[in-house]
Amino acid sequence: MLHTVNKSPFERNSLDTCLRLAKKGSAILLIEDGVIGAVKGTVQSAKIEGAVKDHPVFVLGPDLKARGLAEDQVIDGVKVVDYAGFVDLAEEHGTHSAWL
Amino acid sequence: MAEYEFETEGVKKTFTFMNRKAPYGTVYALEVLETVLISAAFEQHANIVFADDGVYQLKAGHDTTGIGMKNFSPTFGIIEMEKEDADEDEDIDMVWRIIVEKESMEARGLTADDFKVEVEVLSAAELADIVDASDCVISG
Repeated sequence: MLHTVNKSPFERNSLDTCLRLAKKGSAILLIEDGVIGAVKGTVQSAKIEGAVKDHPVFVLGPDLKARGLAEDQVIDGVKVVDYAGFVDLAEEHGTHSAWL
Repeated sequence: MAEYEFETEGVKKTFTFMNRKAPYGTVYALEVLETVLISAAFEQHANIVFADDGVYQLKAGHDTTGIGMKNFSPTFGIIEMEKEDADEDEDIDMVWRIIVEKESMEARGLTADDFKVEVEVLSAAELADIVDASDCVISG
């Protein structure tokens, strides 16, 4: 299963609930404002730093770039993907769960 | 007007309806509820899940007279009846579960007695397995 999170962890609890209810091993992709959760050195960073131990975690590059966030600011273990990568993840994982 | 033909014969899937928003503040709760009822028309399996502020959708005693909005909580009574029919009637191949996430319920100082309908209270870990095993997740 592929889980997507599109809200900032500073604004909503979508990331928290995703991490609580996503089965170990399932993939997580951060998109839109959700990419803020993938940034190093914030008070929210520990969430994704912990998540990479249990899940493959991805972040959508164009959404990082749009917000002035560079790839080298992304937490270690999180893979940056483009839209084609997003499509590949959707195709590979079949079922999708959106955390809004 | 276009005519649609639905090829649903023999199609049986397990839907998880993930309700995470409080009622009335946004339209999410009502929209998901409508989708649940549509899935009943097609006799599909459903896990109707309430987590985060979604647990307030089930709170007994909604009174919306002061806010000028329709109180949709009686619909949960219909859902409970639908579930009971499906559970009792051998001819209906439809399994419905009404599930509340324990962590969300407890974080809000609620117990199962606060809800309008009978629910299964499951931990996040138990719920994670159910979400992962579903064919389709509808989020709201």
